[in-house]
Amino acid sequence: MSVATHEATPAATKPPARKSKPEIRPGLSRWLPYALVAPAVLMELVIHIIPMLVGIWMSFVKLTKFFIANWSAAPSAGINNYKVALDFDNAVGEGLLKSFGVTLIFSLVTVALSWVLGMAAAVALQPTFRGRSLVRTLFLVPYALPAYAGILTWNFMLQRDTGAVNHVLTQLGADDKPFWLIGSNALFSLITVATWKLWTFAFLTLMAGLQSIPRDQYEAAAVDGAGNLRQWRNITLPALRPVNLVLVLVLFLWTFSDFNTPYVLFGTAQPPAGDLITFHIYNASFLTWNFGSGAAMSVLLLIFLMIVTGIYLFVTGRKTRRA
Amino acid sequence: MRLRSLVAAVAATALGVGLAACGGGDSGSDGGSGGDQTLTYWASNQGTSLDNDKQVLIPVLEQFTKDTGIKVNLEVIGWNDLQTRIQTAITSGQAPDVVNIGNTWAASLQATGAFLPFDNDAMTAIGGKDKFVPTALATGGKAGEDVTSVPLYGLAYGLYYNKAMFAAAGLQPPKTWEEMVTAAQKLTNPAKNQWGMALAAGSYTENVHFAFINGAQNKSEWFDAEGKPTFTSDGNVQGVLRYLDLMQKDKVANPSNAQYDNGTKSVNDFATKKVAMVINQNNADSSIVANGMKAGEYGVVPFPSPAGGEPVASHVAGINLSVFKNTKHKDSTLKFVKYMTDAQTQTTLGKPFASLPVLKDAKPVFTTDAAEAAIFQDIYNTKSKPLPLVPAEDQFESTVGKAMNSMFAKIATGGTVSADEVKAALKTAEDQVAAGS
Repeated sequence: MSVATHEATPAATKPPARKSKPEIRPGLSRWLPYALVAPAVLMELVIHIIPMLVGIWMSFVKLTKFFIANWSAAPSAGINNYKVALDFDNAVGEGLLKSFGVTLIFSLVTVALSWVLGMAAAVALQPTFRGRSLVRTLFLVPYALPAYAGILTWNFMLQRDTGAVNHVLTQLGADDKPFWLIGSNALFSLITVATWKLWTFAFLTLMAGLQSIPRDQYEAAAVDGAGNLRQWRNITLPALRPVNLVLVLVLFLWTFSDFNTPYVLFGTAQPPAGDLITFHIYNASFLTWNFGSGAAMSVLLLIFLMIVTGIYLFVTGRKTRRA
Repeated sequence: MRLRSLVAAVAATALGVGLAACGGGDSGSDGGSGGDQTLTYWASNQGTSLDNDKQVLIPVLEQFTKDTGIKVNLEVIGWNDLQTRIQTAITSGQAPDVVNIGNTWAASLQATGAFLPFDNDAMTAIGGKDKFVPTALATGGKAGEDVTSVPLYGLAYGLYYNKAMFAAAGLQPPKTWEEMVTAAQKLTNPAKNQWGMALAAGSYTENVHFAFINGAQNKSEWFDAEGKPTFTSDGNVQGVLRYLDLMQKDKVANPSNAQYDNGTKSVNDFATKKVAMVINQNNADSSIVANGMKAGEYGVVPFPSPAGGEPVASHVAGINLSVFKNTKHKDSTLKFVKYMTDAQTQTTLGKPFASLPVLKDAKPVFTTDAAEAAIFQDIYNTKSKPLPLVPAEDQFESTVGKAMNSMFAKIATGGTVSADEVKAALKTAEDQVAAGS
C-alpha cells in the first residue's frame, strides 16, 4: 500500500530564459513579495485582528444602550466589566460561572463521544467490502447537511408532544413523555445533537490518517499472534498520534465556542441546563444591551481557551519530543 | 512591462479591498437627491405570516407612492429578529428611515438617542398630537420628553373563550380570576388531552406581560419613581406565582405549554378546540379565523383580576412607528408617518392586522362582532396600564421573562416553585438589571 511519493516529483526544470524580456528593476523585486502578501495581510487585519482589538477595547468601556449610537462618547469603565463578570456572588458572575461549568461538561463529553464514534467507524470501514463507499458517504451526511437544517430537524424530533423521539419511546412502552428541550434533559439533547454534527469530522480525519498506516504492519502483527484490539492499541493508536493531537484540540475549541447548536435548537427559550457560554454571552450583551459586559466575558473566554491550548500544546509537545 | 502592470493591478486591488472595507459605512441607504426618493421601511409581523404582511402593505405603500412620488422599500421582519436588527442598525448607523417597534421598547430605544424626537414641528407635520388617543401616544417615550415614536396599531389582551364548551358545561364567562380558574378546571380533562387554558409559557415576551399585569392587579409596581427596579415586592411575587399556578396548582394548562415559545402556538390550540380559553391580544382574531374557527364561535371578556384586586386587564399594547434620526429624507419620512397614521390608512390596515384604532374618533374595524369590538375598545381605553416607561424596560422584559420561562420549565418537568423561589428568581433578575444600568 505504501506509495513512494518522491519518485513522482517532477524535476525542477526551468523554462529557457527569454533574452528579449526587459529585466525587472531591482527596486521592484524588493517590494514585490510584500505586494503579493499584502492582500492576505490586509484581509487578515480586516477580518480578524481589527475586530478582535475592537472587542478588547469594548470590554473596557461602558457600551450600553445610551452610547451605542455614538460609540466614541462611551465613558471608560476601567476594569469594572471584568469585575462584574468575575464577581461570583453577584447574579451576573454567578450566571457566567454556571454557564462555564455547563459548557465544560458539554465540551468534554461531546469531544469524547465524537472521537470514540469517529474512531470506531473509521476502523470498522478500514477493510474493503462491498458497499463500503456507500456507508462512508452515508456517514458524511451530517457533515454535508447545512447545520441549520440538521439542528432544526432535531428540534422537531425532540418536541414533547409531536416529536419522533417520544413517539418511538411510547411505542416501546414508555408511559411518560419526557421533555427534551427544557429542564435537565436539555444538556443531554444538546450533547446528542452536537455529537451527531461533529463525529463525522472525527471520522473523516481519522479515516484519512488510517490510510497512511502500512498494511504490512498489521499483517506482521497478525502473524505474531496479535488480536484486533492489540493491533489497534499498538499499531493504529501510535501511528495516529499526530492526527489525534490536532483533532482533539480542534474538536474541543469548536465545541467550547459552539453557538449554532444551542441557538437553533432552543431558540429564545434556552434552558439553564443548556446555557452554553457563547450563547450566554450573546444574551448578556444583546438582551440587556450591555456590549461592554459581553465583550469582557468574550475576552475572558479567549484568555481561557488560549491558556488551555497553550498547556495542551506544551504538554503534548514535550511528550512527542521525548518519544 | 507585463509584470509591472500585474503588480500594480494586485496592489490596486489590495488597496481597493481595504478601502471598500473601511468605506462601508457611508454607502447605506442612498435615496439620491432630486425627485426620485426611496424610503426604507422595516415593518413588524402583524398578519398571519411575513408574506401576508407584504400582501397587505404593498398596495397601501403603492398608494403612498402614487400620492407623493416617494417610493418605499419594504422589509417585513419577524418578532424574533426585530430587536436585534434595530440594535445593529443603531450601532452601525446603517439604518432604515422608518421602523415599527413594539411600543414597550419605546423608552429604551429613546435612550439610545438614535431616533428622531417628534417635537412640535414634527408633530404638526404628521397631523398634530391631538389626533391620537392620549394613552396610546403616552407609550411613545418617557413622560415629559418629546416622544420618539407614535402609535400605529393598538392592541390589548382579552380572555378568549369557546362558547360551545362553556354552554355544554353550563358555565358563564368568568368575571373574576377565581371564576376563571373554576371554569378552566371544569373544562380540563388530561386523559382526553382537553385543557382549560393554553399559555405561551415558553415565550419570555408573553410571560413578562403577565408578570406585569398580575403584579398590577395586586397594586404593585415594577420600577420606583427613580427608575430603580422593585421586582421583589410582595405583590409582584404573588402575581407571578398566581400565573404560574395555572399550570402548577390549578393544573388547567398542559405542561407541554412550557415549550410554547410564541403566542401563535397557544392561539392555535384554542382555534383547533384543544383548549377552552386563551389569553391573547386582539390580533389573535386573524389567526383564530385562519385556523378554521368562525367569528361567532368564540367570545371575549376582559382578563379578570382576583376578587378585590385592581381591574387591570392588559398593558397598553401595540406597535409604534419610529424615524431614525440620521435619515436623509426627514420631510419624506414625516409625510410617510402622517400617511400611515391617517384615518383612511388606519381603517384599511385595521382589519387585516386586527388592530385597535390609535386615533381618537376612529371605530374598531378588526371584527364584525360588535360586542367583541366594544369589549376590546373598553379594555384598551379604561382597563390598560402602560408598561414602565423607563430605559431599563427592555431589561425588565428579558430578565423577568426568562426567569418565568425557567420556572414554568421546572413546573412542567415535575418540580415545584414556591413563593420564596419566585422571590429569589426575581431578585436575580433585579440584580441583572442593576448590573446592566
